[in-house]
Amino acid sequence: MGCDKYKSIEDAIAMVKPGSRIMVGSFGLAGYPEELIEALAASGTGDLTIISNDLGTPGVGLGKLLTNNQIRSLIGTYYNWNPEAAAANNEGRISVKLVPQGTFAEAIRAAGVGIPAFFTPTGAGTELAAGKETREFAGRACILEESIHADVALIKAYKADELGNLVYYKTARNFNPVMAMAADTVIAEVEEIVPVGSLDPECIVTPHMFVDVLTMRKD
Amino acid sequence: MQAIPEQQAKERIASIIARYFDKKAQNGRLFINLGVGIPTVVANYITSPNVYVQAENGMLGVGCAAPEGQMDHDLINAGRTCVTETPGCVYMDSAASFGMIRGGHVDATVIGAFEVDQKGNIANWIIPNGKQLGVGGAMDLVTGAKEVVIAMQHTSKNGKPKLVKQCTLPITGIGEADMVVTEYAVFVFDKGRLILKEIAPEITVDELRGITDAEFDV
Repeated sequence: MGCDKYKSIEDAIAMVKPGSRIMVGSFGLAGYPEELIEALAASGTGDLTIISNDLGTPGVGLGKLLTNNQIRSLIGTYYNWNPEAAAANNEGRISVKLVPQGTFAEAIRAAGVGIPAFFTPTGAGTELAAGKETREFAGRACILEESIHADVALIKAYKADELGNLVYYKTARNFNPVMAMAADTVIAEVEEIVPVGSLDPECIVTPHMFVDVLTMRKD
Repeated sequence: MQAIPEQQAKERIASIIARYFDKKAQNGRLFINLGVGIPTVVANYITSPNVYVQAENGMLGVGCAAPEGQMDHDLINAGRTCVTETPGCVYMDSAASFGMIRGGHVDATVIGAFEVDQKGNIANWIIPNGKQLGVGGAMDLVTGAKEVVIAMQHTSKNGKPKLVKQCTLPITGIGEADMVVTEYAVFVFDKGRLILKEIAPEITVDELRGITDAEFDV
């Protein structure tokens, strides 16, 4: 069979509409879909909410979208690697919602598995608990955290088969598998697409049901 | 009291913590998470093969820093340093990685701090000066790890005590600190009290009180 999920990088990124909530896999510059982000930056599509752990470094990777003023708001955990984020936030050019990294991962996972919200002790009693419902469980203060869902997830995997089953590479895995479950449209950038049956079913990390579009660097 | 140069202070703190983990690991496998800064150095001093290092970006079995020429930028720790694999190393997604941390499966975390107070509150995620914007895994780690070990120099760069009566900076977690290791002393928290366990030869208890704002028992 061929691969009916395949699109060019440009056709894939054309699915991202202005004003969308976009989830992007990455931890620093490990495991981010480089070609898709380059194309998104080139497209100029704006007013985006970017849901990602961090924002790379200034002018590199996701940092490009901020440098290009394509971002309206950020939901994530750590922007100290990209000082342009703090500057844009201080100047009121973007809004930023900081989430503890484990809560961030779990909130995305929760969206993917149909859990609208959950209680966690992480963050209880801190500034990040402001405005959140607090309840005690087993004598411990916990705060209510809502799940995080997106319109589109742009993820990076190592290999796909033609159905869209995915395997990852080392710490480039990070948020990609949970994001693959938490968006209406999931676009996976991969290094290689192999025939169905050639990935070991025991080693597939993301089942193809979660993946809508496969794309690759063209060369 | 004799001043201890910064580099020597950091190495000493790291080696004390490593010795503590080596001893604990005599009773079985120990899973630890190391923050950035002094905590990272702890790995250089651990000798027990029973200690496994977890990195919150999705790796269990983190080895030493990758040597020049063997760096793989998709094989990093949470401080974005290229690292190596140990035999039996395993990768997991961020939710599973934080499941290890938040689910109480990680035995101990070593983290730095701006301030720790005598109630065990930790402030280590932000200095509100408008330049920082990030929390990372700090709150998950202090809340979820079974034991929270603070690795920090005893005073700030301008000589201010970092062990204080009450944190003035935004806190990371309430009463989560279990142990504080500085170049001058080792403290533990026991039933809400801060207790001095070890003291360096360069300093007396009175001198230690002079550079410690928090009250502690000897």
